[in-house]
Amino acid sequence: MSTQTLAPPTEDLPPDNKRVVMGLFRRLWRWLTSMRTALILLFLLAVAAIPGSVLPQRNLNQDKVSQYYVAHPKLAPWLDRLAAFNVFSSPWFSAIYLLLFISLVGCLVPRLRAHAVALLRVPPDAPARLDRMPAHAGGLVLDGAPAAAAQRLHALLKARRFRVRTRARADGSVTVSGEKGHLKESGNLLFHFSLLAILTGVAFGSSYGYHADRLVVEGPDQAFCNTLQQYDDYGLGTRVKPGDLEPFCLQLNRFQARYADTGEPLAYAADVAYTVGDGPERTTRIKVNDPLRLAKARVYLMGHGYAPVIRYTDRYGRTQTTVAPFLARDGLETSEGVAQFPDVNTPPTGRDPDHKQQVAFQGVYVPTANGKDAVSVFPAERNPVLVITPYRGDLGLDTGIPHSVYTLNQDEIASGRLTALTAAPLRLKPGESATLDDGSRVEFVGTRQWAAVTVRYDPGEQVVLAGAVCLLVGLVAMLFGRRRRVWFRVTGDGRASTAEAAALARGEYAGFNAEFEAIVREAGSS
Amino acid sequence: MSGLSVLLLETTILGYALAMLSYAAEYAFGSRGVVARVATGERVLAGAGGPSLVEEPPPAAPAPVHAMAGAVAGRIALGLTVATWFAHVGSVVTRGLAAHRVPWGNMYEFVLAACLVGATAWLVLLARRPTVRPLGLYVTLALVLLLGTDALRLYTKVGPLMPALDSYWLKIHVSAAITASGILLVGFVAAALTLVRIGYEAGKDRFPYSLGDRLPGSDGLERLTFRIHAFAFPIWTFAIICGAVWAEAAWGRYWGWDPKETWSFVAWVLYAGYLHARATPSVKRSVATWIAVIAWVAMMVNLFGVNLVISGLHSYAGVK
Ligand code: HEM
Repeated sequence: MSTQTLAPPTEDLPPDNKRVVMGLFRRLWRWLTSMRTALILLFLLAVAAIPGSVLPQRNLNQDKVSQYYVAHPKLAPWLDRLAAFNVFSSPWFSAIYLLLFISLVGCLVPRLRAHAVALLRVPPDAPARLDRMPAHAGGLVLDGAPAAAAQRLHALLKARRFRVRTRARADGSVTVSGEKGHLKESGNLLFHFSLLAILTGVAFGSSYGYHADRLVVEGPDQAFCNTLQQYDDYGLGTRVKPGDLEPFCLQLNRFQARYADTGEPLAYAADVAYTVGDGPERTTRIKVNDPLRLAKARVYLMGHGYAPVIRYTDRYGRTQTTVAPFLARDGLETSEGVAQFPDVNTPPTGRDPDHKQQVAFQGVYVPTANGKDAVSVFPAERNPVLVITPYRGDLGLDTGIPHSVYTLNQDEIASGRLTALTAAPLRLKPGESATLDDGSRVEFVGTRQWAAVTVRYDPGEQVVLAGAVCLLVGLVAMLFGRRRRVWFRVTGDGRASTAEAAALARGEYAGFNAEFEAIVREAGSS
Repeated sequence: MSGLSVLLLETTILGYALAMLSYAAEYAFGSRGVVARVATGERVLAGAGGPSLVEEPPPAAPAPVHAMAGAVAGRIALGLTVATWFAHVGSVVTRGLAAHRVPWGNMYEFVLAACLVGATAWLVLLARRPTVRPLGLYVTLALVLLLGTDALRLYTKVGPLMPALDSYWLKIHVSAAITASGILLVGFVAAALTLVRIGYEAGKDRFPYSLGDRLPGSDGLERLTFRIHAFAFPIWTFAIICGAVWAEAAWGRYWGWDPKETWSFVAWVLYAGYLHARATPSVKRSVATWIAVIAWVAMMVNLFGVNLVISGLHSYAGVK
């Protein structure tokens, strides 16, 4: 392949067309990098973010998106095609901020260059007509020859932290120029570059970071390790391979919740034991605002609940125990869930190929019961009751269709392949048991608590934080910095001089007149 | 103690309402000489940023009886605002004492405290620039509306903090958000009145432009609006950054496009847009000022819409 074919198509165009294309491109670029365009894009960015807060978002809550599909079966697929359930990763949202940042780069680079020049340049000489300046004072009488007087003015401005340059003119007059407040433009550039840094940090973090969720029940038998198979849900950055996850294992020793008498939660804490790689086991406490921070990954406490322990003795006398996490459906921890026993009641002689004899218990766990209702009146376990309905039949676990582990497969119940064994649910206190129609027995052994944890690693965080701090510093400098220039022109003979002063401020500066007057007063008495 | 806090809040609402009436009386009697004239006649230094709204004390007004009555009403309004401010402080402090914690753990307390910041910002402004007094009618109106909504709709019994809020970031992040919101409230009033005054000066005489009659000149008002926003914007930025740092500790990510985060972002971008527009020579000042007004709408959606309508992780409003 020759370089000829790689050249941009404009090469082949006649010179005239080339100029047209270049001209068009230049116009486009000028349009894109204008402050007006930046403003429009900023506005678009704000508007584009709104659907993300109004419509359910997959990144926040997949279930709500599903509910939306059920509620609006016609509209939802259309919205989905517009990426309205993934607003913040949608092509149109990305397009807006990418254009904005291209505009930003195009705008900043020339300004950075101009600012560097301005920082190096000495303050410009006084304009010919000082009385044309917004602030002006004339007729200052000073001691000594112009050169000596100018030297004092020079020192005066220096003391006020101006950059100063004194120039002797051919006509015998001396000018003193002072300039101050480059910080404003420095702050402006810092602010805008920080925006770029933040975007870079976000992009870096999402490519090289990961997060994963897991529900851990108390006890050594329920420990997990940081590998993808052990998570309920996870998201890996595009540059992360499964083997890159930090090697650690974690077990929940004890979950503790404290409540006020009204039932409002006061504090949650998870006591955990963990090992990193081949290291020794350590214990620590994870709290809501206080994650476990490992070298890279961090482990956050995101939720909690009760897991009833249920023992089932089948009709052949074989016993199985399961720990079934239940999900709270209200603030007082009335919890719903299901305990399933797929491998029971197989005759000693053979198998149960039709799954006709599988057993499950679905119902509600009430940590503090009050009377007959299956509703909790306090979130801690003061009067715990398990209210469950036994089912027998085909649990439908082999269908290959993923479905919630907190409810039974409703299709199986609807088709009659799975049936309730009692009209009213069983009410069991810890340690109590009940006998079913076929002589099998179910016992409510007690509960363990569980904690929902999120494991997360985001290497872009430091960049984003540094960017945010710089942004704030730049912002303050930009908004409160004041660029201004002050000039004196001193004329006179050998013994006495008169001076004329003027000043110019750029942008909003309320104290400008006061400052100028103070300088003039000081000059008059120097 | 919490009963006292409620009583003080009721006093506060009443006090601001009375102050509002006095401001209105001052309006009606029209002590124009004291306020508006100086402000409109103010000298503007081209390209130099110019002086503040008005720096020198106003010359004495022609003193017919009306103007006297207006001046008295104005002084009463001022006195009432200051006295009510103390009741307002009392309401916030007693609420904190009753709850044994910082008094900004739910939406009711947030609005109560943000209004206190707004009232404080107003008094500071007034002390530094007495000529802004005609804005008092609208500032107190906004306070009465917000505090009234707070007392009637958002009241929540004193309770402990939920575990997610049990962090020193609550003190930093939420107090920054409250401070910014309170100052931006005053900024919004100034922005809206700037638009009224610009319309009035352009010869529009329908309501609400007719209200512009008694307002300071639009140049000065517009600059004041900018100053207030330029002061509050970094605080709002700081609040969002602190929120992100806290979110990292509490939820495991610094930013997740939760509805509260999304609307904070929207408001931030709009306020940035306002400052940006104002620095863009080709954008008219009235257009820029409109952006500030829209940004305040986003702040209100963030406060009321997100807390009461859209639910998210920030579900600490505690309003049942
Ligand atoms: C990415 C989003 C952006 C944000 C959030 C933003 C925000 C701001 C803010 C808050 C100001 C303060 C104005 C003041 O001093 O009062 C400002 C000034 C400025 N911005 Fe941006 N900006 C953005 C993008 C851009 C772009 C793309 C350009 C160039 C096309 C640009 C050029 C400028 C200039 C030249 C100023 C200074 C104006 C002056 O003080 O004379 N900005 N910006």
